This record gives sequence, C-alpha cells and structure tokens, in this order.
Amino acid sequence: MKETEFEQRYSPLWLLLEALLEAGRGDDKVPDEHFPEQYRQVCGHLSMARQRDYSDALVSRLNRLVMLGHHRLYQRDSRATLQRLGAALATFLIALRQQRRYVLCSALLFILPALVMGVGAYLSESFTYSMLSPDQAAELEAMYDPGNARLGAERDSETDLFMFGYYISHNIGIAFKAFAGGIFLGLGTVAVVLFNGLYLGAVTGYLTRVGLGVTFYPFVIGHGAFELTAIVICGAAGLMIGHALIHPGRWGRLDALRQAASEAVKLMYGGVFMLFVAAFLEAFWSSSSQLPVAVKLSVGALFWLSVLWFCFFSSLGTRREPR
Amino acid sequence: MQASRLLDNHCSVETPEGIDFTQAMAGPVVRILAFLIDMVWRGLVYALIGILSGFLGGFGMGLYLIIGFLLEWFYPVFFEVFRQGQTPGKKAMGLRVVNEDFTPVGWGASVIRNLLRAADFFPLMYVSGLLSMVLSRRFQRLGDLAAGTLVVHVDRQSAPQLDVSIKPRMPQQALTRAERQGIISLTVRSRTISEPRQQELAELLAPVTGVTGEAGLERLKGMGAWLLGRK
Repeated sequence: MKETEFEQRYSPLWLLLEALLEAGRGDDKVPDEHFPEQYRQVCGHLSMARQRDYSDALVSRLNRLVMLGHHRLYQRDSRATLQRLGAALATFLIALRQQRRYVLCSALLFILPALVMGVGAYLSESFTYSMLSPDQAAELEAMYDPGNARLGAERDSETDLFMFGYYISHNIGIAFKAFAGGIFLGLGTVAVVLFNGLYLGAVTGYLTRVGLGVTFYPFVIGHGAFELTAIVICGAAGLMIGHALIHPGRWGRLDALRQAASEAVKLMYGGVFMLFVAAFLEAFWSSSSQLPVAVKLSVGALFWLSVLWFCFFSSLGTRREPR
Repeated sequence: MQASRLLDNHCSVETPEGIDFTQAMAGPVVRILAFLIDMVWRGLVYALIGILSGFLGGFGMGLYLIIGFLLEWFYPVFFEVFRQGQTPGKKAMGLRVVNEDFTPVGWGASVIRNLLRAADFFPLMYVSGLLSMVLSRRFQRLGDLAAGTLVVHVDRQSAPQLDVSIKPRMPQQALTRAERQGIISLTVRSRTISEPRQQELAELLAPVTGVTGEAGLERLKGMGAWLLGRK
C-alpha cells in the first residue's frame, strides 16, 4: 500500500483520536469504551508505517498520537484524597517495620554521638567549644533563660506562626537533605545525621552544665518525640539508598537504587508528616512558659510513648496487606 | 555509525501493545532554560507574598516561610502529578517528565526526584545534577536516576504538506531502500529546505536520475511523489 492511500484510509480514525486526546487535556473527560481498541489500532499503524518506510512526517505524527494515547491509557490515579492519605500512613508503617535494620542503624548513628558529645560537654566546657562557638553558647544561654516570656529562639516581635514557618523550612530541610545525601553512597546521610546528633548532644550537655536544664528539657521533650524520631527515619531512608548503591546484591546498581528509592520514599511520607507535627508543637506548645514544668514533662513523655508505640508496636501497620 | 549513535538523543520503549515508540530526550540546555522560567514564576510568587506579608507582621512572615518552603520542595511535585508532568517552565520549553516506560509520573516518583534535588544541587548550583546529566545515557540527573524518570521533548504537530505542484513520475530503474527513503524525505521536506541546497542534494543522486541541475531535482521530486503514492 502506498503512503497516500494508507493515510487516506486511516486518517479519519487518527483525526478522531487527535481531537479526543487534545481536547480532553486538563479536564477529566473520560474517553469511551472504544478508546483502548482504537489506540491499539493506531499502534499497529505506527509499526506498519515504520516497517514500510513511510515518510518521517507520517511516522512522527503517528508516534505523537501513540504517545498521547499511551499517556491517557496508562495514566495513574493522582487524586489526593483522605483515603489515599490513610493508605500512605499504612504503607509508611509497613515499610518502617520492614526496614527496621536501617532505622536501628540510623538511630545508633544519631544517639551514640549525641551521648558521647552530651557527656563530654557536661563534664568539660572546652569539649563544648569543639562543637559550638562561644557566641552560639552565649546565645543558647540567652534563649533558655528562665525569665523569658517565650522559650526557644529569640522572640521579640515575631509570633508563634513565624516560628512555625521557621521550623518548617529549617528542620524539614535538614531531614530532606539527610534523605538526599544517601545518593552519595550514604555519606551525605551519615554526615547530616551524625552532625545533628553531635549538635544536639553538645547543646544538651552544655545547657545542663550551666544549670538551664530546668527550661531546656521541658522545651525539647514535647516536639522532640516527633522531630528526633523523624530525623532518624529520614536518615534510615537515606541509608537505604546508600546501601543499595554500595551493595546492590544481585541487581545492577541503577536498578537497586531505583528499588531502594521507591521503598525509602514510603518512609519519607511518614517522616514529613511527623516533622510538620513537630514544627507545630515546637512553635505553639513547647515554647509556652505559662504551663507548669510537670505538665510539659508528662505530656512530653506521653508523646514519646505514643510515637514509639505507634511506629513500632501498633497493629495498624500489620493488619493490612502491603500493596 | 558509532558517532551518530552517540549523538542520537532518541530513546525507544516497547509498550504492552508490542510496538516501539520513540521520544527525544531533553538535554541540559533546554532543562536549564525551563528551570530558569520556573525560577522567575517562583520569584514572582515570592515577591507577591513578601509584599503581602509585609502588612501582616510576624504572622505574614510565618506565612511567607511556610509558602516558601512549599514552593521550594513541592512546586515541581504539584505540577508533575496534576499537570501531566509539566511545570510552567517545562511547558514553555515543550518538555515533560515521564517514567522510564513513558507513562505519566505518579506521586512516588515525583517526590523522589524532587527531594533528591538537594543532592543534585550539591555542592552548589546543581553541579552534581549537571555532571550526572552529561554522563548518563539519557540525560538523567541523580533524582531522575533514583526515581526512574526521564524528561522528554513533547512532539509538536507539524506535518509539512506536500507541494501539490509536483508532477508524479515513475522511476525508470530499480531503487534501493536507502535511495527510496532519501528521495521521499527530500520530497516531503522540500518546503523547508532552500532551493540551492535542494539542488546540491539532488546532485548526489545524479547517477540515479541521469540529469543534473534543476531538471534533476524536478525529476527526483516527481519520483518522490510517485513513491508516496500520488497519481
């Protein structure tokens, strides 16, 4: 069959499909039940056109039509519904239980340096200054002065919402970097988690040493439950990626990376959610100096228990089949 | 052959329908341009929110930081998931993010490729991403490699109509496959190539037509029209 004849015979179908696929963009116009069949016909036309050496213009027209159809036929359900949010939470829990080893490694990577640094900073002041500059130390002392109306970072005219925004952009940024650093063979993740552990240890040790523990502990305990767990989880996601690159096992390195990333991102869903909660608490709850210390400590302990229980012991993650 | 394979930016995928369909991968330059366009859009939103938040004091500053955070990390995710893989910048440059099997990207892939932006940015100005794009076979930055996504050119509808004034004529001798293809594409593209260049190309096929100059070109186009099936 000559090209012109071929084109004349089938162009009504092509025009029909072109009109359908281009008009339907954006809105949710659903093609009718004949669409898959028509699309497959056009696929056949494309391979025929190639095989018969028809002109480039015709082949590229068909190729374009096939691409439009392919995108329409194989599109995913991308609506964001509450149901999906719940499903994301369940997949997060399942992934968290499955990847315990990484979570444990990440937790140790965070806690051990924090302990060493904390004890060191508590015992000797010069140890603190290996991590914090004297200016930073002075600033910390000012921040946790029991006489302050609001605790945490300096607050003059800023409101709690400002701090909420600040914590979101700053803390979640750190967690995202811990995840992304995994692609450099995990080194970036190790660096971010280790540094944050050391920093936390130094701050805690130093403030305890100078006797400001009274204000510092009630401040951190509440949001710390969410924030520190989330940083450990995001670190675990980064370690998964790094491990896949170092030890891909039976897969090619790129395939291993892709699989690890698609698993790791499930951890990130939960991590991000927890960081939002942490930022909210840090801005509106932890900073309040009106509440009695005992209330803050006990509520904080309750937060810790419930977060750990929810993440590792609740039956929510185990009940559903992993998808 | 080797050189042309290295230069070729087309990539084909076999679909469940059993056909190979091809797309052109987008190189670093267009992607950088698309990124800059997006940056301008984001900058405009930043400026707008900045001005508004100026009136609202601390409350406004908080809002500014939150929106800034969302813009920084989730602006591309939003457009990739809800706008068929095209941020405004990509749309302007005719690009689109797709999975490696050319299906539209979903939440997971989009979140991965955009969170890994932090790694692509490292140590500054997307140096890692650029290196990865240049070194990988399909111009993938680190985020694309991890998420299994590609940035492709969207084909534009452009069917150059055949010049109706060409009179079809039957070739007088057997033509090889390469000759047929050459003649057909010369005929189809005759509107987009300058007259002197067309004649230059026709000279190469002088042994086939047996005539040189303008008459040779005329004859070639006639053969092309005949091969396309015009009567």
